[in-house]
Amino acid sequence: MAYDGSSARGRIDLRPLGSYKREQTVEDARARQSWTAGVEQGAGQAAKGSAVTCIEVRDLSFFYGRYQALQAINLELQARRVTAFIGPSGCGKSTLLRTFNRIYELYPGQYATGEILIDGSNILDKRQDLNLLRARVGMVFQKPTPFPMSIYDNIAFGVKLYQRLSRYDMDERVEWALRKAALWDEVKDKLKQSGTLLSGGQQQRLCLARAVAVKPEILLLDEPASALDPISTLKIEELIEELKGEYTIIIVTHNMQQAARVSDYTAFMYLGKLVEFADTDTIFTRPREKETEDYITGRYG
Amino acid sequence: MDKMSFSHHISQQYNEELWGILDNVMRMGGLVEQQLGDALVALVEGDNERGELVVTSDYKVNAFEVRLDEECTHVLARRQPAASDLRLIIAVVKTITDLERIGDEAERIARMALHLLEADRRRSPMEEVAALGELVKKMLHGALDAFARMDTEQAVKVAQEDIKADSQYEAIVRNLIQHMEDNPKSVSPIMDILWSVRSLERIGDRSRNICEYVIYFVLGKDVRHTSFEQMAAEATGDRR
Repeated sequence: MAYDGSSARGRIDLRPLGSYKREQTVEDARARQSWTAGVEQGAGQAAKGSAVTCIEVRDLSFFYGRYQALQAINLELQARRVTAFIGPSGCGKSTLLRTFNRIYELYPGQYATGEILIDGSNILDKRQDLNLLRARVGMVFQKPTPFPMSIYDNIAFGVKLYQRLSRYDMDERVEWALRKAALWDEVKDKLKQSGTLLSGGQQQRLCLARAVAVKPEILLLDEPASALDPISTLKIEELIEELKGEYTIIIVTHNMQQAARVSDYTAFMYLGKLVEFADTDTIFTRPREKETEDYITGRYG
Repeated sequence: MDKMSFSHHISQQYNEELWGILDNVMRMGGLVEQQLGDALVALVEGDNERGELVVTSDYKVNAFEVRLDEECTHVLARRQPAASDLRLIIAVVKTITDLERIGDEAERIARMALHLLEADRRRSPMEEVAALGELVKKMLHGALDAFARMDTEQAVKVAQEDIKADSQYEAIVRNLIQHMEDNPKSVSPIMDILWSVRSLERIGDRSRNICEYVIYFVLGKDVRHTSFEQMAAEATGDRR
């Protein structure tokens, strides 16, 4: 039967899966009315609210001495969303991540050209205060890196660099950060114990708590779960979901299923270039570029 | 989409699993085509032997569906397919559901045919029924061919035939209603023919469904529940 389904389509509640989660509990009926608006925008983007650009990358190139690792990257990352960078080893995804807080400057001979605008100002500018930048842009690494000090001091150490807090306020901040990282209940009775005695998964959550404690705007996660067991991995992923309401999160991962699970947007990189950037549903169901398709389906290009 | 790209996974085992699934879909399609062909011979020519054969062979179609569902579940669980591989599995799962139903319709036609007497056939517009049967048989074949070759142009062509099938169906129904009004005593056999014709029309719809899955698989576009014109425009436009 050839019938015109397009008029009927507008009336049906069609929204991407994840967007049902919250509205369905409260004010179900009223939320339902507004759902149709999401349909017009099409799947993937719908119902995520209006997007605000947090990081804008313009013509960014990066050099390890003479070797050019990034080739004129242009990219806009949305505030309070999770963006995943995927691609084979050596594609430049970690390099790109490391430009957002200029951590590469710890190493001589590494430099970036182009612009990275965070909330409108270019952080690659020579006048940019690096300490301030790193307070705004926190980072968690692949291997858990707790400082060789107590759990409490692991959190307080970073905060002290930026803020002078009373003993009471600091206690509050430590608890707040540990709660954010879903670690508080496990460590509240042993805050004086060394952070290095925790399990790998706990150490990684401690590092997340440490990054969150200075109240950054942006969290950079470089393979945060690749050294963890599946349960700890899921806890970290759950945390990312929790944290994205308040932070802009960028995650580099080799685990494509992880990128598919946690991210709103996915960037596929290859040989120092940004091949494709789109919402995660699109990348994992109908990528535009053959290189993306080959990579995520496990084909050799 | 290049069909040969199924051999390009780094995992050779994965290639073989996907090929195996495609192969089984084609074998299932071949079997369903044969069932439909036999059911039509039984209906139009009154060949009861073929009719019996269709009825007793339907279990084979069902077995194919069960087995393919299992194979697709296996790939979903073990391989976490993405992009075109994911679309292939989704398309297969949906295609085999439609194929199984086409098999059921063929069985239903065969059962109706076994009820009919030669006198009933002579009184009915059998030529028109046979023509509709040939048309939907061609549609099913075309849909399977489009699936096998991942050919969206062919898929659109088959979908266009469905418009013709629908109008032929409506004409036959009008004709049969007239018959019933004129010969109230023959309502029962005419009803059997009406159900058979209805089954044929459904087979046309299901063949079109398969064509829609082909377009979804190849282009990543969902053209279900759209008019033929929209479908054709989507299929011939650029990739999104």
